[in-house]
Amino acid sequence: MANLNLTLKIWRQDGPEEIGEFKTYHVTRLNTHMSFLEMLDVLNEELVNTGDEPVAFDHDCREGICGMCSMVINGRPHGPLEGTTACQLHMRHFNNDDTITIEPWRAKPFPVIKDLVVDRTSFDRIIQSGGFVSINTGSAPDGNAIPIGKEIAEDAFDAAACIGCGACVAACKNASASLFTASKISQLALLPQGQPEREERAIRMVRQMDEEGFGHCTNTGACEAECPKEISVDYIRKMNWEYHRANVRG
Amino acid sequence: MLESRIPDGQLIDKWTNYKSRVPLVSPSNKRRLDVIVIGTGLAGASAASSMAEMGYNVKTFCFQDSPRRAHSIAAQGGINAAKNYQNDGDSVYRLFYDTIKGGDYRSREANVYRLAEVSANIIDQCVAQGVPFAREYGGTLDNRSFGGVQVSRTFYARGQTGQQLLLGAYSALSRQIAKGSVTMYNRHEMLDIVKIDGKARGVIVRNLMTGEYERHFGHAVVLATGGYGNVFYLSTNAMGSNVTAVWKAYKKGAMFGNPCFTQIHPTCIPVSGDYQSKLTLMSESLRNDGRIWVPKKKGDDRRPRDIPEEERDYYLERRYPAFGNLVPRDVASRAAKERCDEGFGVGPTKLAVYLDFKDSIKRLGQDVVSARYGNLFQMYAKITGDDPYTTPMRIYPAVHYTMGGLWVDYNLMTTVPGLYAIGECNYSDHGANRLGASALMQGLADGYFVLPYTIGEYLSNDIRTPAIPTNHEAFDKAEKDARDQNNRLLNNNGSRSVESFHRDLGHIMWENCGMARNQGGLTKAISEIQSLKKDYWEKVRVPGRDNVLNPELEKAGRVADFLELGELMVRDALDRSESCGGHFREESQTEEGEALRDDENFTFSSAWEYKGEATEPIRNKEELTFDTVHLTQRSYK
Repeated sequence: MANLNLTLKIWRQDGPEEIGEFKTYHVTRLNTHMSFLEMLDVLNEELVNTGDEPVAFDHDCREGICGMCSMVINGRPHGPLEGTTACQLHMRHFNNDDTITIEPWRAKPFPVIKDLVVDRTSFDRIIQSGGFVSINTGSAPDGNAIPIGKEIAEDAFDAAACIGCGACVAACKNASASLFTASKISQLALLPQGQPEREERAIRMVRQMDEEGFGHCTNTGACEAECPKEISVDYIRKMNWEYHRANVRG
Repeated sequence: MLESRIPDGQLIDKWTNYKSRVPLVSPSNKRRLDVIVIGTGLAGASAASSMAEMGYNVKTFCFQDSPRRAHSIAAQGGINAAKNYQNDGDSVYRLFYDTIKGGDYRSREANVYRLAEVSANIIDQCVAQGVPFAREYGGTLDNRSFGGVQVSRTFYARGQTGQQLLLGAYSALSRQIAKGSVTMYNRHEMLDIVKIDGKARGVIVRNLMTGEYERHFGHAVVLATGGYGNVFYLSTNAMGSNVTAVWKAYKKGAMFGNPCFTQIHPTCIPVSGDYQSKLTLMSESLRNDGRIWVPKKKGDDRRPRDIPEEERDYYLERRYPAFGNLVPRDVASRAAKERCDEGFGVGPTKLAVYLDFKDSIKRLGQDVVSARYGNLFQMYAKITGDDPYTTPMRIYPAVHYTMGGLWVDYNLMTTVPGLYAIGECNYSDHGANRLGASALMQGLADGYFVLPYTIGEYLSNDIRTPAIPTNHEAFDKAEKDARDQNNRLLNNNGSRSVESFHRDLGHIMWENCGMARNQGGLTKAISEIQSLKKDYWEKVRVPGRDNVLNPELEKAGRVADFLELGELMVRDALDRSESCGGHFREESQTEEGEALRDDENFTFSSAWEYKGEATEPIRNKEELTFDTVHLTQRSYK
């Protein structure tokens, strides 16, 4: 368990309307077994003890599944480790005397609330526009009534694994939410339960994504590279296909 | 005084008869009834969407940035349902029986039977929503087995079942939000219940982004706020999981059921240092294919792979040949503690045992093991830096779930009329120990299939009650109390961080009210917690302001409530001098060291009643009667 001393350059911003800036902090006596967020906990406790305000950052489950943690670490959403959320990143991947830059997701549809905390309700609105099957409680047929091939179920699962963190948007030079939107459209388009609303869903969700101010996809693939759940850009191709199919059948 | 309102009739007919007789509310009246739901996990999201579909006006609140983040999302292993798709003899009765027995006969028969009855509907509902459950090649749903049972009734979606079920409930909720039948408030935290004429009539919430205090009226209020395991500081709960809503309800007259019943999950990644903020669970499903062992020799420091087979003690298989590695959680946890206390623990802290997949990899091949548990192995490797395919996992028990919670009647209503508690935040169904894959089942049963019916009984009497304006004095008073507490915290000018108090509280709880409890430790813990609480209000330092996003202030309020809850848990543990399920009193054990119940004196659920700051709470009893199952010493041998 090696010791670490680090220099942190962290984005501090008091509120949505305030102007933010990077501030530099030194933290010592860290160790390599800590998670990245535990390293920030250490910093925050020191800040509280010295009378400063701690750095605000979103986090909750700390198991890589809730999708709440959201910070750009050294220029990469969730940091240097592939397929990993910031909360699952451990300090053994850093070296003594490193300088680490930490900033919030940067995208117009994700306005900064404070420090590293951004507002991602635009994602909720995309789901509200059609990311569901219209089935009321109590009216479902038996779970085995419609067989679903294992491969199809697995494919739908791969898309459904999205945690809604927004790293895809933060990674994209266009701030596109295509990977997020595509994963939900694809999951439901693959499954028989999603068929009745398939066309309407694709059109509505794509429209909502545009209305929120997310940019277009230009096939750079940064989203897949930075996605902590490694969701494939193939689903964006599928979304485009679903969208055009829906328009043609309109 | 405690009215459980269990319907008459045979156990198997109770719920059917109840549904036929429960008063209905007409569609035009539903539109005029407001229901508040606090929390958007499996229970809250499913209840809010189902009630909105029925026509009620629903307002829903969560403290996270989106309803999709609730900690239900982290549940890994699966969800139980009595479908008998595997043709292995499963039935509603068997699921009911396993749950009652697993809970060590400290839950209500009628509730548990209803849970088992509706379990099958949950799977159907989730499949219809597009939840991608694991499937067989023929296209039918797959099952796996879990601890404490001998059938395969657990449905799963890789190791992310909770995520997929929650996203299903979130999608149903999103649909209602889009329709305008649910109003969703993200980043809002409930700070108090408002009671008018003895009934729950609303809540005070704080908008966490702006610090504004808001008042919301509801004809009924539903709490779906999860468990309180974070009272131990280290647990598998999310960082934000808290008891505040439940605790405020308790202080407003809702009794607290079995607060000391805590589940310590046997397979978690061990603590590695003081800085640790939370513990990570490794799904119980791993015990299907992993074998748990420690070296036979004390302090054996060899690498695990260098320890030959005959020098390994597969202690669960040795002690419990019938269930082996699949004994219930409380039994597996205590057995691990016993080995470590005796000096057989492994790893740098010696507080760990091995969970070894060597034999399964040999039998099934690495591909099959990887297909079943790949994401869990990956998570383990990320956290520890070890590769579980070649080195056994090191695991140790950790606080995971709280069976205790607000006392509720058959309708899931607390002792405050109009105030309901569903999911983990109520005390019902799991008794003194919850079986694996039953938390998801209970959360969704309560939310989709129970509460939407039972709340009608109350609301049908409320159709003539107009919305009460929120300038009512009860709202004034509740808002003032909430503001005063936050102002006091912010202006305390103390010297110690909230975190440091929380850590101390966790230490007291774990040492004295954790896996093993005794009279001496519990008595000492009460005075330690009281003095810690006194210190807290004298010395805590909360930086920042009230009118902006201030996570330290949020945490400070939650820890203040944990400090009070901790004392109540200890009192309950002291009061219950028997052992049962997860509650192990060292004074009450069999010769073989198993939990020894005292049915003559303790066949009841405790229901604690708040009596004010300066007075000790009163323990009321709900006597449990068992008409169908026969109480026996639980045996998994």
